[in-house]
Amino acid sequence: MEATATAPAWRANLATILALMARTRNEIIRVPGAAIPGVLAPTIFFLGLNGVFGALTQLSGFETGSYESFIVPVSMLQGAGFTGAAAGVNLARDYERGWVDRLLVSPAPRWVLLTGNVLAASARAFVPATFVLAIAFALGAQWPGIDGLVICFAMVAATAAIAACWGSMLALRFKSQSAAPLMQAGMMGLILLTPAYAPLALLQPWLEKVASVNPLTEVVEAARQGFVGSVTWSGTWPGLLALAGLLLVLGALALREMRRTNV
Amino acid sequence: MSDLASTARVVRALGARSIRQTFRRPQLISPIIVFPTLLLAIQTGGAGAGVELPGFPPVQSFLQFMLAGSMMQAMMLAGNSGGIAFAVDIEMGFTDRLFAAPIPRFAIVLGRLAGTAALGLFAALWFLAIGLIFGAEIEGGVPGALLAIALITASALAVGGIGAAIALRSGSASVVQGLFPLVLVVLFLSSAFFPQELMIEPARTIAEYNPLSFIVEGVREPIISGIDATHTLEAVAAIAGIIILGLVLSARALQHRLRVG
Repeated sequence: MEATATAPAWRANLATILALMARTRNEIIRVPGAAIPGVLAPTIFFLGLNGVFGALTQLSGFETGSYESFIVPVSMLQGAGFTGAAAGVNLARDYERGWVDRLLVSPAPRWVLLTGNVLAASARAFVPATFVLAIAFALGAQWPGIDGLVICFAMVAATAAIAACWGSMLALRFKSQSAAPLMQAGMMGLILLTPAYAPLALLQPWLEKVASVNPLTEVVEAARQGFVGSVTWSGTWPGLLALAGLLLVLGALALREMRRTNV
Repeated sequence: MSDLASTARVVRALGARSIRQTFRRPQLISPIIVFPTLLLAIQTGGAGAGVELPGFPPVQSFLQFMLAGSMMQAMMLAGNSGGIAFAVDIEMGFTDRLFAAPIPRFAIVLGRLAGTAALGLFAALWFLAIGLIFGAEIEGGVPGALLAIALITASALAVGGIGAAIALRSGSASVVQGLFPLVLVVLFLSSAFFPQELMIEPARTIAEYNPLSFIVEGVREPIISGIDATHTLEAVAAIAGIIILGLVLSARALQHRLRVG
């Protein structure tokens, strides 16, 4: 019998990842309303926090006089966190409906299935981030420069990937959309237990301690640097390192849950 | 058994059911307790230095100032969660079965509202306990704490009425769930989280006329300085206004639901 020519493994894996990403894109195109909460939540937080806490810039120790500039990277990261967590909720929904079972019996490796879900979340995070940023610019936020903007969006995409790993891990462990609050609260806590509202020196002592050990603090500072000052390599690499570490740990945990999931 | 007693029994049973339902589902209890607690911690820690701003009212700590805002947030979300649960009951046909039962129709709505009010009471106790544990003082003492609890419980009933009206009108849990961002908008545009005088325009002007600002000030005064008749009366008037609005909307929505089935 003649052997049939098969595509190289890497090409099949790439095709699977792209197909999973396309599925998420189709979801946005076919049900645009589904993307609204993910866009609305960080926008409301941005406008709300700006209106409520804007006077904090009068405190000595604030590095900028514009609270919009100070808070917009946090809102963009928050949007990424919501989007990533939503990827976990969608995975739980897919599990409940039997779609994940069908994926698991396919010949695609588990890491490919996870990567597709995670990269789709990263790409989707650009939607709320761009929307919030446009509103911030309309309100007078400082232009961060091309380098500041690129770094900020890179942080957003990677944060969404981390949130998607976290959400996927919980989705596969609990196998229920009921775990959604845990996915969202976890990311919200991680992002806001940083110098999100005020510089580190102005935080209450307990939060200052928590923020100084929270790896997301470096991510927030890196994403914010262009908006409140100038972009430097020393302000960027700790954020990249923190993201790489988080991605490694949460990615490994999510993959472990996926490998444990039986059909 | 008198009509009133049997109606009270129905309201109590439905109220107890709605409380059990909330505590059994993490997606319902989480917005009422977990998110407001998390935000209280983060905002207290992050914006606590705000008490040093000129114009900030004299307070023992930012936590003391924030307690009323967190109670309001939990109370509003309890109203929203109650509306979602009510809509789920409509979607699943449970409410239709209640409509067919020999009980007054308003008792069905009242039962749900009783449950929402109980959750408001729970939220008020929860945040007062958190405040006391972390060192916040209640300047109005026990009467002040009781007043704050009563105002939050009544507010939950009032906001729950609007949630129930929307649930009855739409019959869709996702529509009521969609109001979640609106709850946050209304809260941010009130003096729940920061003194109105220190807010940025246009939020400051909107907060000045937002009924929630009157309620939050009525709850906050007994905590940060003591019971004040003016603030209390303004809060009671705002709550009464929302209750009347909720009753009117609920009655109309109930008629609509009975008509369309």
